[in-house]
Amino acid sequence: MMQEGLDDGPDFLSEEDRGPRAVNVDLQTDATLQVDISDALSERDKVKFTVHTKSTLPNFKQNEFSVVRQHEEFIWLHDSFVENEEYAGFIIPPAPPRPDFDASREKLQKLGEGEGSMTKEEFTKMKQELEAEYLAIFKKTVAMHEVFLCRVAAHPVLRKDLNFHVFLEYNQDLSVRGKNKKEKLEDFFKNVVKSADGVIVAGVKDVDDFFEHEKTFLLEYHNRVKDASAKSDRMIRSHKSAADDINRIASTLYTLGTQDSTDMCKFFLKVSELFEKTRKIEARVAADEDLKLADLLKYYLRESQAAKDLLYRRGRALVDYENANKALDKARAKNKDVLQAETTQQVCCQKFEKISESAKQELIDFKTRRVAAFRKNLVELAELELKHAKGNLQLLQSCLAVLKGDT
Amino acid sequence: MAEDREPPPLADAVQTDFREVEEGEDLFVSTVSTLSPTSPEPASFPAEDISTNSNGPKQEILLDDDQEDLFAEATEEVSLDSPEREPILSDGPSPAITPVTPTVIITPRVDALFDRSLDEVKQISINVLYLFSIIQAFYFCLQGDGMNAYMAYKVTTKTSLSLFSRNEFSVKRRFSDFLGLHSKLASKYMHIGYIVPPAPEKSIVGMTKVKVGKEDLSSAEFVEKRRSALERYLMRTVNHPALVKDPDVIQFLENTELPRAVSTQALSGAGILRMVNKAADAVNKMTIKMNESDAWFEEKQQQFENLDIQLRKLHASVESLVCHRKELSVNTASFAKSAAMLGNSEDHTALSRALSQLAEVEEKIDQLHHEQAYADFYLFSELLGDYVRLITAVKGVFDQRMKTWSKWQDAQVMLQRKREAEAKLQYANKPDKLQQAKDEIKEWEAKVQQGERDFEQISKNIRREVERFEKQRVKDFKVVIIKYLESLVHTQQQLIKYWEAFLPEAKAIA
Repeated sequence: MMQEGLDDGPDFLSEEDRGPRAVNVDLQTDATLQVDISDALSERDKVKFTVHTKSTLPNFKQNEFSVVRQHEEFIWLHDSFVENEEYAGFIIPPAPPRPDFDASREKLQKLGEGEGSMTKEEFTKMKQELEAEYLAIFKKTVAMHEVFLCRVAAHPVLRKDLNFHVFLEYNQDLSVRGKNKKEKLEDFFKNVVKSADGVIVAGVKDVDDFFEHEKTFLLEYHNRVKDASAKSDRMIRSHKSAADDINRIASTLYTLGTQDSTDMCKFFLKVSELFEKTRKIEARVAADEDLKLADLLKYYLRESQAAKDLLYRRGRALVDYENANKALDKARAKNKDVLQAETTQQVCCQKFEKISESAKQELIDFKTRRVAAFRKNLVELAELELKHAKGNLQLLQSCLAVLKGDT
Repeated sequence: MAEDREPPPLADAVQTDFREVEEGEDLFVSTVSTLSPTSPEPASFPAEDISTNSNGPKQEILLDDDQEDLFAEATEEVSLDSPEREPILSDGPSPAITPVTPTVIITPRVDALFDRSLDEVKQISINVLYLFSIIQAFYFCLQGDGMNAYMAYKVTTKTSLSLFSRNEFSVKRRFSDFLGLHSKLASKYMHIGYIVPPAPEKSIVGMTKVKVGKEDLSSAEFVEKRRSALERYLMRTVNHPALVKDPDVIQFLENTELPRAVSTQALSGAGILRMVNKAADAVNKMTIKMNESDAWFEEKQQQFENLDIQLRKLHASVESLVCHRKELSVNTASFAKSAAMLGNSEDHTALSRALSQLAEVEEKIDQLHHEQAYADFYLFSELLGDYVRLITAVKGVFDQRMKTWSKWQDAQVMLQRKREAEAKLQYANKPDKLQQAKDEIKEWEAKVQQGERDFEQISKNIRREVERFEKQRVKDFKVVIIKYLESLVHTQQQLIKYWEAFLPEAKAIA
């Protein structure tokens, strides 16, 4: 059981922004409603987030308040948006992924089992490593939940949503349980139907050039982001593995240094020290790449999916509208149920137009956000890579100077 | 590759230097001339220990002492601050395929050949006498292709030693020739306590791939790996002050034709005999319980045991690093392509360009990782592998000493028995048998004396060899590790260059 506060952690994660920690999205912070996750607690199999709100809006009883929420409650909120017809014309902020500490926990367990087979120093070192990794994952999941809330708070319509206010304010448990097997199965079928329908809907050519272009663009973009996200993950994993190897090399060099009878011992100890330090830097490089590149790509994978969903809804509405038109024509021709057909047609028309109008703006905003986020992250990535490479270089050069001087 | 290697520049030889050089050469030559025309047997051990390969009369004790004197010099610390060494050390920023021990050839040559005081030696240019061999690989097809084909290695030697008839010469050798050379040297020298450098290992899989004509990267890598290993093996062998004078070595380097060493094949008669002997040795090792009177040996054995364990561990970690670094290179390349695709589909022009630039940077970085993996391997990993095998040879030499001791003890036991037998016969009144017993006693007394001498000799040799080995080890590791760190420096410098070029592109996204 690990209880961890949010603010204590190795400083290698301090490059994350403090304040609005929304690293992947560029948001205007608005004094009327500010939301953040001020604290988080990790218990056996769940994480408890402390959602902190500051608001001048009259809807809330107080100006500043906090509640504790769990992951399922975030999902409930997200799903309520998706199911709300009123929001069909918006890109629904993607739900945060489930906190997944399984891999990390497994590693810690394996380490515990293998305790007898390694020296005390090695064990302590590896334990520190894994604890740092656990903390990193923890911080990431907090950031992702926070981004979701910030996106909602920044959206002109969604921020007024009643469920959202309840989520922020109601200080009792929302009694939202995770979906049981039956519901999960229902979801699965719904998704199958939706994908099939999506294909049909996507096949309908749009009169509007803007949307037609967006459709083609998003489809390709989404697939390529998916690919880039997967490849960046693999790359970063290799990087971490290499850093782990350097860690072991440093340990063995240290042992050699303490054992050696020749004047190699000083040499070995110095090189061991060097590798310890460079290894830490390599680990940071991998961590930063993860934050600035991999997470960015993962986020835009989810957002581009949300944008695709919007287009699907619009497409669906368009099809419905066209079908309603055809039905109306038929009714008029047969002169039967004309009024009903007219009403249906009106409703479909309104729905379609409403979605189209907001969808256009949403997609334009999506692009703006995307460009800004990529810019921010790519610049920060390059700056961090430079910082680390320079640090590494300096360590190597000063060590070399010492070693060459000794020989 | 091998062409990068330049011989150390010949310093201008001053008149006085030259004379001293000549005397040194004479010293060398004089010892050579007392050798029998075929391979020498530097130790006068009982016949059964001598390998079937070497023939010729037994060596006089005189030679031993001469050689010993030479070795005594070899182990003197000659700390020459040599600016002439620089050309070897700074081989430029290509860490990939440079011979591992280029500098180490110089000092032993000087040490071995000059029976001089430290000051006098310092005056003499260390570049005057040298020997090193470079190996290039050729693919040589025998009549018919496929499994009959073999890889020929061109061994080029440059030397100023008078042992050789020319200053520069090349020969073609096969892998089995190298193994044959090692086999001969091991059988001649290991039982008297010399640490004979082990030959590279055979690899049926690797060679078969090459033979089958797989024109791919892994075959080329295998050949390069082998070539490099053979070169290091040869350099270590000629570095050894005694081994370099061995006629088999000289023959190996010089002779155009060399009898094919079939006994090195695993499934030959000799191969099977070797395996049997190895097994017997292992059993014997377990049963010999030696009374170690010399703390030095006990301490050293323990040290080498520890060193063995740690080096193997280190080697495994470095091999893992090489593997992961190669993986990182591949994954980075794959990511680069993916990022390029993403940049293509991005419809914001500035971002699209930046993503393409990112893809280019990552592509360059993957190349960098690839090169670094090479350095990891050829500099660090191979050095460790070599030393793991060398330490096995060192441990083998300690085992030989145990065997020698055991033999001596056995002889003593026999002598005791013969004496007892003689004592009994005193009262049995059988004059013939008594005389025989007395003769046997004499015989075994001589054997005991010989056993003791042999034991002392091997102990002395081992002390000397270990000292030389340790010095070499220190030098090797220092040189290689420094070179390795320099390769890491180069990588970081390149990384800085690439990211510095990218940063303005990222900032330009509007």
